[in-house]
Amino acid sequence: MGLQDLNHNFLTGSLEELVKWARRSSVWPATFGLACCAIEMMAAGAADFDLARFGMEVFRGSPRQADLMVVAGRVSQKMAPVLRQVYDQMVEPKWVISMGVCASSGGMFNNYAIVQGVDQIVPVDVYAPGCPPNPQTLIHAILTLHEKIRLGELTKRRPGETGAGIDLAAEPTPVGWVAPPSGGVRLGTPR
Amino acid sequence: MTDEELVAETSEGLQELQDLDETSPEELAIEQGTSLRLAEGLVLDPGDMDVEFGADETMIINMGPQHPSTHGVLRIMLELEGETVLRSKPIIGYLHTGMEKTGEQLTYVQGATNVTRMDYLSPLHNELVYALATEALLGIEVPRRATWIRMLMTELNRISSHVMWMATNGMDLASTSMMIYGFRDREMVLSFFEKTTGLRMNHDYIRPGGVAADLPDGWEDDVMAIVETIPGRVDEYDEMLTGQPIFKQRTEGVGLISPELAVAMSATGPILRASGVAWDLRRSMPYLAYDEVDFDVIVGTVGDTYDRYAVRLNEIRESCKIVRQCVEKMPRGDYRTQDKKVTPPPRARIDESMEALIHHFKIFTRGFEVPAGEVYVAIESPRGELGCYMVADGSNKPYRMHIRGPSFVNLQSLPPLLRGGLIADAIAVISSVDPVMGEVDR
Amino acid sequence: MSAAGPIAAELAVEGIVASSGVLGQEVLHLDRERYLDVVATLRDAAFDMCADLCAVDYLHHLDRSLPEAVTPERFEVVVNLLSLARQLRVRLRVQVPESDPVVPTLFPLYPGSENMEREAYDLFGIRFEGHPDHTRILMPDDWEGHPLRKDYSVGRVPVQFKEAPGPR
Repeated sequence: MGLQDLNHNFLTGSLEELVKWARRSSVWPATFGLACCAIEMMAAGAADFDLARFGMEVFRGSPRQADLMVVAGRVSQKMAPVLRQVYDQMVEPKWVISMGVCASSGGMFNNYAIVQGVDQIVPVDVYAPGCPPNPQTLIHAILTLHEKIRLGELTKRRPGETGAGIDLAAEPTPVGWVAPPSGGVRLGTPR
Repeated sequence: MTDEELVAETSEGLQELQDLDETSPEELAIEQGTSLRLAEGLVLDPGDMDVEFGADETMIINMGPQHPSTHGVLRIMLELEGETVLRSKPIIGYLHTGMEKTGEQLTYVQGATNVTRMDYLSPLHNELVYALATEALLGIEVPRRATWIRMLMTELNRISSHVMWMATNGMDLASTSMMIYGFRDREMVLSFFEKTTGLRMNHDYIRPGGVAADLPDGWEDDVMAIVETIPGRVDEYDEMLTGQPIFKQRTEGVGLISPELAVAMSATGPILRASGVAWDLRRSMPYLAYDEVDFDVIVGTVGDTYDRYAVRLNEIRESCKIVRQCVEKMPRGDYRTQDKKVTPPPRARIDESMEALIHHFKIFTRGFEVPAGEVYVAIESPRGELGCYMVADGSNKPYRMHIRGPSFVNLQSLPPLLRGGLIADAIAVISSVDPVMGEVDR
Repeated sequence: MSAAGPIAAELAVEGIVASSGVLGQEVLHLDRERYLDVVATLRDAAFDMCADLCAVDYLHHLDRSLPEAVTPERFEVVVNLLSLARQLRVRLRVQVPESDPVVPTLFPLYPGSENMEREAYDLFGIRFEGHPDHTRILMPDDWEGHPLRKDYSVGRVPVQFKEAPGPR
């Protein structure tokens, strides 16, 4: 229903552009600051590195009202189900930025307590490396996300996925190099 | 105890708040915050509490771990009667990183990178306590300039941590402008840190043997710019918040803790000082060069949220005083010890001397060995007493590295602080306790 | 015989062995039976704050050198007490055997030791008799094992690196 049933043709072209522009101009993040990266995320929202110019200064407390989940910090085994629950509570369209190396891959903590990469739990759109990443790096990640929204398909945000997400009951994905899904979006320089 | 029994005992249900009838008297006493063996005659009687409600009228709800107002991932189970908080139970562990186990796998040279991420608002303090413990076990002396540089950097870190606290505290009490102002000032300190250490946060700067690099040229101007702007701005925040009736009504009389209770709960830092106990490790058990600088220990009177705010506000001013003295009195000399087994040689010498190359290689791959022994070193971090208990066994890695996180211990004071208040007061109180979950969960 | 430190001499309790450690810190070695009594005596001697309580697993150093009359066991519970009035610290080391890892709790004397004892239980498996809330504090409730024990592995996941395809 809604935009999913849109048949792409020349009539709907500019409508799609309008919708994508609207979506990327006011991505509202959900508060999911966990550790040190959360401080840099707050600094990115504050005065010197203003996120308000991207329409993102309102960090929504309720996941229902949020579009973007910036997983900022290390995800421990106890926090992983909470993370998944908050992600499930968010309404489509939703995106995930994995901020920092701990969220992207476990970072320097390769041990029993930390989930080795938040992409084992939620699908991630943009990875921002750094320990912690500069607010400028986070803004670059956000602009990359804006490019992804601008260039991507409106109805199918991740190739091969209908929005159902990852099956938690299944065996965890094996660690190692995972080939990126074919048909990934090629990103240009953020403008 | 077999694993099955262990699992059965620790399975879901015992970490939560249960109904009043199902709770044993001991658990009830902790959750009410009244089970304290104080000095004779000061035992709190649950009958003295003025909030009495029946078991069937209360509601147990959960706050966190994902919540805009808990500082980090803290989960608190609250028993509410209407909006009044009766019992509470902080549940932690959502950021447990296994840092103490990781510390046993990293060499002493690498250890500072691990420890610095515990209390991520004052990372230099973590590195300092780790370096002090390692140097105590090694038995080496650090040059005077290194000591004063460490003091300068940690006091600047205290300024940035307290300013950050004022920002988040302001935001929790709905003063968004305080949040923006606070981060603006923090950026000044962080850009100086970036100039000196290379990173804005989690610098790996204070290492066993001294500091990683000397202060850059022109540092006096940068630091004086900081200490000349920040006190003026702190006066503005003082006027903006302290004199404001709404702020005062939200914080005065809220979250009271008596000095005996604070000591019994092992609370240290601004919580202890706000309730009237003049205990500051920098003055009572000086480390680094704190006995050579002049500063005051800020002590509150009542022990409520307002006093904790006032203590931290004035500590910013005192830290600015100390930083000024550091700039004036900074000695010349080496910024790290000359002991070749501990300190890597200067980079230029590696091209010339084979021995320098070998030392560099050994220190950065294998690290140095520390003779067997154990030591407990404590410093005053912005949150309280930050301690490091280190056991060395003669190898190049610590055998046991335990960090006594002040927030971990201060969180025990939450049930007595929250009892009898409203939920909005709960948020103000949690913010005034200033927990940093990185060091709570480690 | 190790020299008795000032605090041990003041306590004048039979059976504790004092040693002087790094930085001149005084360490008292106790056995479990006298643990609570000595702590209570120290509390009366103005050591009113329990600064730290942690545990150590000496699995790889069961033959470590301790003062005479102290038999090394696998676990040690280390308690740091602080006196605000006298500005002194004292450290207590209690040997805890692996076969029976039970120690009395300090909660009635120092309510501030509650979280620290729970952490020692969670990460090492040392039980504190009489503790009011004997549950795991850092690991999830249904976690099996005690992570900081030396026979519990770090849990390091092997990481494979493969050359990323790119323009060559």
